[in-house]
Amino acid sequence: MAEHTTFKVFRYNPETDSKPYFQSYQVPLQGGKTVLDGLNEIKGQQDGTLTYRMSCRSAICGSCGMVVNGHSKLVCRLQIAEVLKNFDEVVIEPMRNFEVIRDLVVNMDRFWDKMDKVTPWLVADEENVPATERLQSPADFNVIRDASSCIMCGVCLSDCTSLEVDSNFLGPAALAKAFRMAADSRSVDREERLLELSKEGGVWDCARCYECVQVCPKYVAPMETIMKLREMTLKADLVDNRGTRHVEHFTELVLDSGILDERRLPMKTVGLTDLKGMLHMAPTGLRMMLKGKMPLIHPHIKDVDELQRIAHKVEESK
Amino acid sequence: MKYAFFPGCVAKQTCPELYHSTKKVAQALNIDLVELENAACSGAGVVSQQNEALSDALNARTFAMAEKQALPIMTICSTCQGAFCRANKRLRQEPYRDKINGYLSGNGKNEGGYKGTTKIKHFLWALVEDLGIEELKKRVKRPLRNLKVASFYGCHLLRPSDALGFDNPDNPTSLEKVIDALGAEPVDYDGRTRCCGFPILLENENASMAMVSKHTLEAKEKGSDCMVTPCPLCHLNLDVQQPNAEKIARQKIGLPVLHLPQLVGLALGFSEHEMGLHKHIVPTGRVVEKAIGS
Ligand code: SF4
Ligand code: SF4
Ligand code: FES
Repeated sequence: MAEHTTFKVFRYNPETDSKPYFQSYQVPLQGGKTVLDGLNEIKGQQDGTLTYRMSCRSAICGSCGMVVNGHSKLVCRLQIAEVLKNFDEVVIEPMRNFEVIRDLVVNMDRFWDKMDKVTPWLVADEENVPATERLQSPADFNVIRDASSCIMCGVCLSDCTSLEVDSNFLGPAALAKAFRMAADSRSVDREERLLELSKEGGVWDCARCYECVQVCPKYVAPMETIMKLREMTLKADLVDNRGTRHVEHFTELVLDSGILDERRLPMKTVGLTDLKGMLHMAPTGLRMMLKGKMPLIHPHIKDVDELQRIAHKVEESK
Repeated sequence: MKYAFFPGCVAKQTCPELYHSTKKVAQALNIDLVELENAACSGAGVVSQQNEALSDALNARTFAMAEKQALPIMTICSTCQGAFCRANKRLRQEPYRDKINGYLSGNGKNEGGYKGTTKIKHFLWALVEDLGIEELKKRVKRPLRNLKVASFYGCHLLRPSDALGFDNPDNPTSLEKVIDALGAEPVDYDGRTRCCGFPILLENENASMAMVSKHTLEAKEKGSDCMVTPCPLCHLNLDVQQPNAEKIARQKIGLPVLHLPQLVGLALGFSEHEMGLHKHIVPTGRVVEKAIGS
């Protein structure tokens, strides 16, 4: 008899169940079986009521996103043996940050709503329409190549830590799409996009947790694209908000003493003219001071001028 | 065991208890730390948002300092470790490293540049990999028997795993192994691999505080007496900001958060004062009482 693995599967039918529960199944384990093969085995041989989405079985259609043992995956791209390297059983839940329709099927509206908000198409020069296609060099395409390979599976949203606590956040997939359009060599609305993306819920609300980079099955690396959008915004000198000030003053303070001044950075980020913001931080600052967490004299490294020399050389080379 | 020690900015300023407890614990474990006193901030993934080449050049300068002494670097911050590992991955590629070395050269201070050979280890990894869990167990003088400890890794020590490459990001085990070796009981909960919210503290405070309350309350609900973290930035949000998180959550939390070396130090026999536990915002008295019954 073949070896078996336990699949612990989230079940919920809102029409009949008062609350969700887990149901265990024994799945025969052979060869390079994927977690999706396991689910198909359950549905076909053991329990036809188990509900989930799937289609291509080759990580193309993006329909089989689920949470497996705590992190989101495309189950057609994940071998059972791979899971068992780190866990004793396979625990499957619907994607997080989405409403559950039934069992492992979630309502993807939230994904499309966020996607809609970033104008997910190329806005090119409509006045000078070329006679043939709008051409793009391989080098220009390379800039947006990874960001273009999103299959809209929602796996990154499911693991996004900012979205989990702030439903207003545009989230990794939509922001990666925004980068793909803004960084396209044929785009004519880059500045408008960057301004829009600096508003609440945009690029400055990403917590830089790398969950989306880790889980994206197509190597879109959404967070990296968000960091590039930030860089583009800083370069264009378009916005002055807490996010941009934080990055600019961080670099400046590091070059100033070699050691980031943790007293001055929050003040410079909030802005000395923002009295309300400064007052808001005061109690925490005081608490820290009383515990000896605010050194009176800021330390510095010996060769600060060396850092500035290096920064100068980097600047010159641009 | 000898390392080029990179304490990072936070251990030198807002978490001095981390710096001092590390030094004491390292000495007790015969870990020789040669501090990189002239190294610059790791950039924490922030400088790179504006200028990746500059960030990498400053870090290549630091890596070269350790390389010259033929020592691996030891960090005590998940964020520094992450920034260093990501930079080191880029700097292992030859044409790129040459370009960055070009920025370093010029006045003889960084002779030869960085050759790409420096190994970088967080204190946690050094304990598990170099000292070894069995050896750590042997050094424990006062097992923390009654203590239930929730680990909190910090994003940048786990992800992206192709740059970090130590723990499995879906199911890391190194902190749990150390907690277990110290005689305490690790608590399993979802939040241990999630984000503390520190990077958006000033940009989106409500979201940041929601992360703090979510993870601390979950850890408490699972019976934890305290959290332990290898990252001082997580500590700043989970401990220093905890009163603010309580306000937004309208709920008392009161979960002490220890730095990793502090927990190790308690088991090695150091007093709470020697480990700087009085420097925390959330009182740690109950933990000490439970752990060592003083
Ligand atoms: S890095 Fe940013 S976008 Fe990606 S999962 Fe984390 S918070 Fe969300
Ligand atoms: S960015 Fe990656 S994880 Fe997110 S929807 Fe696209 S393919 Fe899926
Ligand atoms: S079934 Fe199509 S992506 Fe998994």
